[in-house]
Amino acid sequence: MDAILQQFFNLDIMSQAAPLILRGLGMTLLVCLAVVPLGLIGGLLVALAGRARQRWLRFGVAALIDVFRAVPPLVLLIFVHAGLPFAGIRLSPFASVCVAFFLNTSAYYGEIYRAGFDSVGHGQWEAARSTGLTGFQAMMYVIVPQAVRNVLPDLVSNTVEVVKLTSLASVVALPEMLYSADMARSLTYNSSPIVLAAAIYLVLLWPVVRLISRLEHRLGG
Amino acid sequence: MDGGALFVETFFKREVIARYLPDILKGMLVTVEIAAAVVVTGILLGLVLALVRSYRLRPVSALIVVFADIARALPPLVLVLLVYFGLPNVGINLSSFAVLWLVLSLVLAAFAEEIFWAGILSVRQGQWEAARSTGLTYGQALFHVVLPQAVRLTVPPLTNRTIAITKNTALGTVIGVPEILNQATTAQSFSGNATPLMMGAIAYLLLFVPVVIVGRWIETRFAWRRA
Repeated sequence: MDAILQQFFNLDIMSQAAPLILRGLGMTLLVCLAVVPLGLIGGLLVALAGRARQRWLRFGVAALIDVFRAVPPLVLLIFVHAGLPFAGIRLSPFASVCVAFFLNTSAYYGEIYRAGFDSVGHGQWEAARSTGLTGFQAMMYVIVPQAVRNVLPDLVSNTVEVVKLTSLASVVALPEMLYSADMARSLTYNSSPIVLAAAIYLVLLWPVVRLISRLEHRLGG
Repeated sequence: MDGGALFVETFFKREVIARYLPDILKGMLVTVEIAAAVVVTGILLGLVLALVRSYRLRPVSALIVVFADIARALPPLVLVLLVYFGLPNVGINLSSFAVLWLVLSLVLAAFAEEIFWAGILSVRQGQWEAARSTGLTYGQALFHVVLPQAVRLTVPPLTNRTIAITKNTALGTVIGVPEILNQATTAQSFSGNATPLMMGAIAYLLLFVPVVIVGRWIETRFAWRRA
């Protein structure tokens, strides 16, 4: 029991590691601020392209979505970070993370928006156009707001996944929270810094996870 | 060298492919093994937890909720590092394969429990009452009436979640599980060429594109049509 406390809940080591981990938290938040909006916008574009009149565009987008949903995000990240330099494209860890996760999360957000669009009846589109709105206006003022509202729980749930995803950035040495905590762990031979980082993730995400459970507790509405 | 040749030389170099193909194939086998083990234990454990929760014993249910919330809120990589580096220091030694299997199973179990529970809740109260009034015990009503209806509702979300979590087998590379990504990065540093990374990515596509497509088919097949 004492060994467990010593190994996982050592307050001295936690307080020593805290400044480093808090700086890491700053980087984690910065990555989220970049990746979440990129994914939300990319996903919307993907979903809109999936409804385009051009066949080739629809099929191209569907194929891309499948590819980026099939490749694990860590594989994508390592490919961008370690593979592209061989082709002369050298990105900083932060830029690699943004590019890799943009591709991954756009595909996921795109699928969610698609389900949202499907849930808005075609009559809405016809009614909007018949009142004289242009196609763009009908989309932005009538279809998208309803679609987003219908899939809001899924969007929130996916955003939690994206925040958790940012921990992978530690693998390419971006000094975010998990990287900082793991560095402290290897310096102290003690897991308490990682427990501290885990506690911070919990504080950030637990309320949202609870909220999602409430929103989703009846399948099929 | 023109652009096309440079691209082939960088990502599809023939000698490198021939040299490292066996390693990547070995990695694919390991990935499939872990993924299969995780799917079986994770979904079974999730189902058991949801069934236990349906008996509504307050302290037990609260423990299950806390477990499910924590496992859903923490990034899996945090749990992997915690278990892999923490347990040996308190005298528990697990192989990296076992650590990855354990962590991913627990994470999948947490999500599966929530999905099964939502499924059980969404079966109408009248079904319970009708089943009990015909003389079925609580357990019989649960297993013969409620669960069969609940499971159907859970298939699409559970499929998506399971696919997402089995892809997390790639996290094993961080603790040295010799799965696809690990083989690919090792081969890349030995060969000084990006071809193994491309081979790794293609290996994942071969394994998971069919899974994603089947997942989408299941989603429409079992879709809950709103009136």
